[in-house]
Amino acid sequence: MPEQTYLDAIRAALEEELRRDSAVYIFGEDVALGGPFGVTKGLAETFGVHRLVNTPISEATVMGITIGAASAGLRPVVEIMFIDFITLAMDQLVNHAAKLHYMSGGQLSIPLTVRIQCGISGAMGAHHSQSLEAWLAHVPGLKVVMPANPADAKGLLKSAIRDDNPVVFIEHRGLYRTKGEVPDGETAVPIGKAAVLRQGEQITIVALSSMAGPALAAAKELEADGISAEVIDPRTISPLDIETIASSVKKTGRMIVVHEAVEQGGIGAEIVARIQREAFYYLDSPIARVAAPFAPVPASPTLENQFLPSKDKIVEAARVALTHG
Amino acid sequence: MATKKENLKEVVELLRRMWLIRAFEEKVSALYAERQIVGLLHLGIGQEAVAVGALSLLHDDDYVYGGHRSHGHAIAKGADINKLMAEIAGRATGYCGGKGGSMHIVAKECGFITATGVVGGTIPLALGAAFASKERKKGQVAAVFFGDGAGQAGPFHESLNIASLWRLPVIFICENNGYAEFTPLSAHTKIERLAQHAKTYGIPASTLDGNDLFAVRNAMTKAVANCRAGKGPVFVECLTHRMRGHYEGDPAKYRELSQLAEWKKKDPIARVARMLRSKQAITDKELKAMESKARTLVEKAAKFSLSSPWPADGSLTSQVYKTT
Repeated sequence: MPEQTYLDAIRAALEEELRRDSAVYIFGEDVALGGPFGVTKGLAETFGVHRLVNTPISEATVMGITIGAASAGLRPVVEIMFIDFITLAMDQLVNHAAKLHYMSGGQLSIPLTVRIQCGISGAMGAHHSQSLEAWLAHVPGLKVVMPANPADAKGLLKSAIRDDNPVVFIEHRGLYRTKGEVPDGETAVPIGKAAVLRQGEQITIVALSSMAGPALAAAKELEADGISAEVIDPRTISPLDIETIASSVKKTGRMIVVHEAVEQGGIGAEIVARIQREAFYYLDSPIARVAAPFAPVPASPTLENQFLPSKDKIVEAARVALTHG
Repeated sequence: MATKKENLKEVVELLRRMWLIRAFEEKVSALYAERQIVGLLHLGIGQEAVAVGALSLLHDDDYVYGGHRSHGHAIAKGADINKLMAEIAGRATGYCGGKGGSMHIVAKECGFITATGVVGGTIPLALGAAFASKERKKGQVAAVFFGDGAGQAGPFHESLNIASLWRLPVIFICENNGYAEFTPLSAHTKIERLAQHAKTYGIPASTLDGNDLFAVRNAMTKAVANCRAGKGPVFVECLTHRMRGHYEGDPAKYRELSQLAEWKKKDPIARVARMLRSKQAITDKELKAMESKARTLVEKAAKFSLSSPWPADGSLTSQVYKTT
């Protein structure tokens, strides 16, 4: 299988879907120029500026425009440049995109993909580094996916664009240059299915998006100490594939949830709550969360580094879990 | 007043439609007072000329978006009053199976795409439908209704800017009824006429008497032609007045009684009736029959609605996602 970067895999998915379906349009700030990271680079040259629609910096309205266009038969992909700016578009996303199918009794459908990149990379400070996925997963009517590698990025984006519901596709900026194998041809990855990244027997590490890498590294380090860890990437946080996680926990009896978002109210809390219901009698130790402290993302690189969950913090949490039972 | 161009037979039909809206809203108000209908209801009694005048110029496949006060817009676009009233009453036979309610009417079959509970919230949606229309090149247009209260919201301005920039076939229909909820427009902005904002963004705009059916029709005729010809958006500001409070149950103490009396004299239905009488296009008897027919139809709609079943078990969590 050919290797591709996460960023190139996203671009390939966009290109293939633009070619496959003339109803696909891409909206966003600077998208016709490639955007700040080059995700849409070259697409306007191939598909024209009428399908790569550069928008003013008007997130609230642009989100609404794409919802209206989706309800009128297009299949728009709208890019919000940083997840921090989804705040501006939340009214339209939450009150219209998510609810119009339900509120209309099924008369309307909103086949909309919202591409956003999130997370910490490059000391950009509190307004360009957040992880706000839990807000979105709280809204009935939205699907929320967070790919951790190039193959899933490509496959999930294709599924998102083909879905008849609004799907928020959250990329991690820190992963853009990472490489991985991406299958050729039809590569759609189903929404709502977790991936077992590594098999193990003694503890389950559930790691989201950028945390999949540190979780795999932690599992390797634990293995050297004779601890066998299973690593699961949920890939989709709404709807959550709790069955895959629960069946792992029933095997291992221990779990750690890892995400870059702040711990309080994070998606980890939802996973923990559902696992205690699904697998309570299989648990040998309290479930731990490894996540950011309850603080805004700091600008200074040294503070930013302290803020981030890491391989070492995951290893430490696993060792504590193993002291129980 | 009507221009010579107005076909009087057509005007009779428009009056019939205005009466249907008036009778419908009065019935909803009565049912609400009896608590047979509950929820949050915003009635547009007194604003019927805007809805009927504007939408009489559109086709079934044109897109219409409303706001929180949009029963009349849906009826003017051709919505079935049985399904509309059943929706307001929360019944399974309503347009949205009882999941939308008064502020979230969707009647897709006749091109009434959606109302909204968010002030000005459908303005960007209308731009999106206009964008899709423009790409399809079939001459469709989108029209969106909103009140003067929306004019102070950010997306209103963003939308005027983008509609102008992209020359979208969208008609902004502002029902300036002078009050944003309980507060007069003058306490919210120094800009007395919302059309001024449209002009700033390079959009052709006019301000007119929204209680004059023919003034609305004239402005809309030009607006629709402009949009269908690919010349971009138009803004039509209709000065009007809601004869009820902001919502049913609002005593509207902020409004002077003299002001209400003044607007009663400008009742849009009475004005059209007077015009038709003066042209001898209708008799008093026919006018009475028209009103009485409208009231009979809404009585039937009420009966249909209140005898309809409540939403079935299982409907609560169905249609959260589209599954097929």
